[in-house]
Amino acid sequence: MEIDFPDPFWLAVIGTSLLAFILKYLGHSVPKRWLSHPRILKINSLIPIALLSALVAVQSFTKDSLLIADQRMAGVGVAILALILRAPFPVVVLSAAATSAALFNIG
Amino acid sequence: MSRVNRATAAQSLSVSLTVGAYGIAFGAASVAAGFSVLQSCLLSLLTFTGASQFAVVGVLGAGGSALSGIATASLLGVRNTLYGLRMAPVLNVKGLRRIFAAQITIDESTGVALSQEHLGVKAARQGFWLTGIGVFIFWNIFTLAGALGAQAMGNPAAWGLDAAVPAAFLGLLWPRLINKTDRLLALAACALALAMTPYFVPGVPIITTALLAVFFGLRANLWR
Repeated sequence: MEIDFPDPFWLAVIGTSLLAFILKYLGHSVPKRWLSHPRILKINSLIPIALLSALVAVQSFTKDSLLIADQRMAGVGVAILALILRAPFPVVVLSAAATSAALFNIG
Repeated sequence: MSRVNRATAAQSLSVSLTVGAYGIAFGAASVAAGFSVLQSCLLSLLTFTGASQFAVVGVLGAGGSALSGIATASLLGVRNTLYGLRMAPVLNVKGLRRIFAAQITIDESTGVALSQEHLGVKAARQGFWLTGIGVFIFWNIFTLAGALGAQAMGNPAAWGLDAAVPAAFLGLLWPRLINKTDRLLALAACALALAMTPYFVPGVPIITTALLAVFFGLRANLWR
């Protein structure tokens, strides 16, 4: 069995974990005034919106660097509907999965 | 921490259970993206911050490099730094305790602590520790369950997991879309990431949208 070194999955696990802890510990250790600038706070609150939106789009509409529309689009569409109807999280996820699985298995 | 306020304990437990159950979605997403069960569990134990974990498995699952996965996850983890800043004077801990406190500094522990602050600093502290430890326990148990479940499934698409993962992201994202700027940014990020996808290596289109957040953030300040 051959293993790529460094294996990207292990690298990702170790790198993400290390940085996540450093970022957490930093907050407990640095003086408050360093990071409490309103502009930094505003940008920091917007970053998750941009990154999570981009992730949703890429995972729903692309495959191997190509734009495609398949069963996932229908699943995510149902999830959006569930969210508009204020459904709880498990309902959102399960309705998306059921829709996508049904189309995949028929098609 | 002799006597625990009952209301604080109840809120901590309900948050821990609800949020911990998301761990099933993470474990399943992680295995579907190509991480092993062990790697998935280590991400939950060591990284222990949901959005970053989902991001790193999302980027690698889409074929992105480890570097772009780590960078995307870390950008999402910056808010924990800000939570730490907020919690440090409340907790007032040093040494080993500070290390433990840092590891469980996440959305939920900070959120419950702040919601208990009107009951006094002691209730806020209890809220932080109970919620942080509670989420840690349930999140890790459910990650293992989700990872083992996904491993037993075979083709993730046949079970709809390929749509469940973006749907789970959407569930995390939705409550954050409060005003017009948020929604506009969300749509702009989707459009930019999709437009870049055919021309850039996987992972790059996603992390590039952080620039949109900076742009929108600077604009928002000018309007104030």
